[in-house]
Amino acid sequence: MTYIGIILTFVLIENFILTQFLGLCPFIGVSTKIDSAIGMGFAVIFVMSLASLVTWAIYNLVLVPLNLTYLQTITFILVIAALVQFVEMIIQKISQPLYKALGIYLPLITTNCAVLGIALIAVRNTYNAMESFVAGFAAGGGFLLAILLMSALRERFETEWIPKPLRGMPIAFVTAGLMALAFMAFDKALLNNLLG
Amino acid sequence: MATAESKVLLKEFSKGIFKENPIFIIVLGLCPTLAVSTQVINALGMGAGVIFVLLGSNIFVSLLKDFIPEKVRIPAYVVIIASFVTVVDLVMQAFAPSLSKSLGVFVQLIVVNCIILGRAEAYANKNTLGRSVLDALGMGIGFTLSLILISLIREVLGAGTITVFPIDFLGFSGQIRIPWLSSFPVRVLGLASGALLVMGFLKAFFNWRQMSSAGDRRGGTT
Repeated sequence: MTYIGIILTFVLIENFILTQFLGLCPFIGVSTKIDSAIGMGFAVIFVMSLASLVTWAIYNLVLVPLNLTYLQTITFILVIAALVQFVEMIIQKISQPLYKALGIYLPLITTNCAVLGIALIAVRNTYNAMESFVAGFAAGGGFLLAILLMSALRERFETEWIPKPLRGMPIAFVTAGLMALAFMAFDKALLNNLLG
Repeated sequence: MATAESKVLLKEFSKGIFKENPIFIIVLGLCPTLAVSTQVINALGMGAGVIFVLLGSNIFVSLLKDFIPEKVRIPAYVVIIASFVTVVDLVMQAFAPSLSKSLGVFVQLIVVNCIILGRAEAYANKNTLGRSVLDALGMGIGFTLSLILISLIREVLGAGTITVFPIDFLGFSGQIRIPWLSSFPVRVLGLASGALLVMGFLKAFFNWRQMSSAGDRRGGTT
């Protein structure tokens, strides 16, 4: 598949949150304010692109030659956890403003299933290094898009009257459900029409 | 004394099913819940996997709690959990290949299911082996029952069927078809958005129930 195809697939057609349900916890948890949604979104893009590249390298250069592919779950989660820690330390040293913006979201990302998800999906789809990187970046972009739309909607909810039992999380789920319905307009046929 | 003791133990077990239900009350471990809840069989498979991993990790964490240094406890828990997830993944691939295929990447993603790490951190590293086992069973069964509830709603209304197992067994296909509903299913519930809608309204229902029971208690005292 071409790179544009991969980007369209992971941002719109197979949006991680709205069709695959990967990364729902931060999506529901951090989407109450636009500012924090943007911070979380960029932190996720950053970690996902990096993680999919690194896990690709570990899988194809270490696990496959040594016939240890059954260890992929353990290896990937440890690599991702170590990577997130490492990135956090580097950002803290290099750029204080960036650390202030992304810092608090980074530890949360370790247990974000989207990061492990993209690593596992890239292996399943037998992507090469560049394709894995692009897929990670695009899936992160899809996360940013969804959380941005969601947080903008949720800020509007604050001024609206909502039945008491629905306040907070339930209305967020229902809204996400309606967004997912809208995202169904993006399907494989669209990809075929666009890219021929 | 013995009855008081057993009452406490019973509470440890049942809190995961009702009072601290991981999905509807604490709202943890959502990704697999919503993704695999299209058919009842998936919910059963996922639930079994989660119960096994939760039991294994709670047992090991509670046995090793005095040996794991405070600073590296989270990575240590993650390794324990990931080992059990690998076991589940391999066993499922070997003995239930069709189930393994329909659950897809979500079997391996049990490793980042917050319920399991959450119980290790919040419960098993502070409590005895016996209580940790009860806690794991309660939480695991609570998770499975919630998952079955969601998938039952989605499958019955969304497809008009109930799939209990995927193979033919003594002339019964493992799938119950509901006569009228299976010809006119509400298809949206089987799709991705249906999962989110069902989850939203179920959570609203549980909120409403909690609110009304709190109201009752207030009414009782005055």
